[in-house]
Amino acid sequence: MDLYEHQGKELFAKQGIPLVEGFVAGSGAEARRIAERLGGKVAVKAQVQIGGRGKGGGIALVGSAEEATAAATRMLSEGFRGTAVTRVLIEQLVDIDEQFYAAISLDRSAGAYLAIVSSDGGMDIEQIATERPAALRRATIDPLLGLHDYQVRYLVGHLPAGAKEGSADVLRRMYDVIEQNDATLVEINPLALLTDGLVVALDAKVTIDDNALWRHPETEALASAFPIDPVELRAREAGLQYVKLDGEVGIIGNGAGLVMSTLDVVQLAGARAANFLDVGGGASAEVMTTSLEVILSDPSVRSVLVNIFGGITRCDVVAEGILGALERVTPTVQIVVRLDGTNAVEGRAILARADSPRIVPAESMLEAAHKAAELAGAAA
Amino acid sequence: MAILVDEITRVVVQGLTGREGRFHALRNRAYGTQVVAGVTPGKAGQDVEGIPVFDTVADAVAETAANTALIFVPPRFAVEAVYEAADAELRLIVCITEGIPVRDLARVTSYLRGRPTTLVGPNCPGVISPGKSNVGIIPGEICTPGRVGLVSRSGTLTYQIVHELTQRRIGQSTCVGVGGDPVHGIGFMGSLERFNDDPETGLVVLIGEIGGDDEERAASFIAEKMTKPVVGYIAGFTAPPGKRMGHAGAIITGSRGTAQAKAEALEAAGVKVGRTPSEVAQLVEGSLS
Repeated sequence: MDLYEHQGKELFAKQGIPLVEGFVAGSGAEARRIAERLGGKVAVKAQVQIGGRGKGGGIALVGSAEEATAAATRMLSEGFRGTAVTRVLIEQLVDIDEQFYAAISLDRSAGAYLAIVSSDGGMDIEQIATERPAALRRATIDPLLGLHDYQVRYLVGHLPAGAKEGSADVLRRMYDVIEQNDATLVEINPLALLTDGLVVALDAKVTIDDNALWRHPETEALASAFPIDPVELRAREAGLQYVKLDGEVGIIGNGAGLVMSTLDVVQLAGARAANFLDVGGGASAEVMTTSLEVILSDPSVRSVLVNIFGGITRCDVVAEGILGALERVTPTVQIVVRLDGTNAVEGRAILARADSPRIVPAESMLEAAHKAAELAGAAA
Repeated sequence: MAILVDEITRVVVQGLTGREGRFHALRNRAYGTQVVAGVTPGKAGQDVEGIPVFDTVADAVAETAANTALIFVPPRFAVEAVYEAADAELRLIVCITEGIPVRDLARVTSYLRGRPTTLVGPNCPGVISPGKSNVGIIPGEICTPGRVGLVSRSGTLTYQIVHELTQRRIGQSTCVGVGGDPVHGIGFMGSLERFNDDPETGLVVLIGEIGGDDEERAASFIAEKMTKPVVGYIAGFTAPPGKRMGHAGAIITGSRGTAQAKAEALEAAGVKVGRTPSEVAQLVEGSLS
């Protein structure tokens, strides 16, 4: 789960990472009150999870409460690069001496955390890595041992003398954010040395491990602030693994790898998938019915492909679930069904007996993909 | 031979008395696997259709000489089960559980480093050496003994490809599901190394997916060390960046972890990469003939 800047900064504040004073506004009027309280000279920052805010008009540095109101109103009404903006963060303007970069993230191949500090900040880290590799220092943190002091000294060793102590303190607290919140990424870009000598986090990018959210109910609650597609919401409530895509063939399968592979094969067949939907292992008839209902409620779907390879999942149960859905909704599109593996013969027989004009059986995954692509094309 | 599991594998099932544990333990036993014990704290003295249950792995090992753990414990307690099995010095731990926090996994894999125990998974379908032993949830009936080794990050996609191989009368030496989590035990490299040394394996199929760089690192290993042919498949060419595609580890971060980059890395290492599961089976057939 990716947090918004202001949510990440709330976690930072709890851990004692120095921040610039700021508040969240949901309207121009609110923005005005906050800007007045902060003395008028403020930064107005759109709360979106897309990079490039600085260059793209997502951050406005203004000199008065009137300007802050105008900037906030513009961002809230226009959005940012096609994404709706529901909140802006208003922060006091500060005098920056130098900008750095600091991040701690999960290094999945090492099974450890990787800390990176750059003496250049405020720009894309991948760009710094290619253009000025000497600006970067890295250290691998063993999750059993934690961040050693010598690692901290090394990581900040190339920063200006006045920034070392403050940055070292921030780094230790960043690792606390990782440990106490099950974060997989904590990034501060830029980390700024102010002219008054303080080192502060001007931005916050935090990702929390979805698998650990049960340990952090207060963090899980933050997700309610995220905008979500209505079909996606319905799928989530039903406990399905669903991702909305922009094609026209609705996909249902069992197992993440098989579903991903199905999306690819549909593309090779000349169409595009409308979604990723994994019913998981051992899906019940009810889960199948709900899945089909979710897919059929997506107006962009012009044909459906059900691709099941039964292991724990039984194909006869899947077939019953498909028929169950047809009793509850009347689809306007064709449903191509491919069943293989556990009880596939029984499953196919159940569908054959039902003899529904909406169900198109397929013998193999490839054949199913081609049929679904054809039907989607014909329905266009 | 085969790798990881075979006739001498003796399994203790942690979480045997749960619904999933019981169902799959009995299926594994029916396949011919030696399922010798179960562990559920507080249920020592009971049995599941003749399989004795113990309070701890240490007790189970002392009584039954189990050498492999199979874990069906819920995500909140699964890592504890891995530590327990490792401390009982089992040589192999297969963890099926999905949904374990990644920090717990990073800690336990760090703990296992330098120890004699190999972890498979978590969030994996397990390991099968057809005709010998099945430890996990892979449906035994779709496999057939033979000389192709399979290693995969996915469950059902593996079944699909095994099914296509079996339909072409191509058997398997061992199928290893390494799991879909970003941090896991044995990976492609550890599996390839074992297949390379296994006289019963003649060719390896590597089934990857988006996210991370396991496939890229496997490609370097293949180019430098592998003496046997490898056929590859990567799922997720059409997956959008930044979206988690079912598996916790299946996510393209920025421009990294794309299917395209992985397929190219494998091809550069001399691996033939199929575009569909059927094409993978065709490539295997071509390489064997």
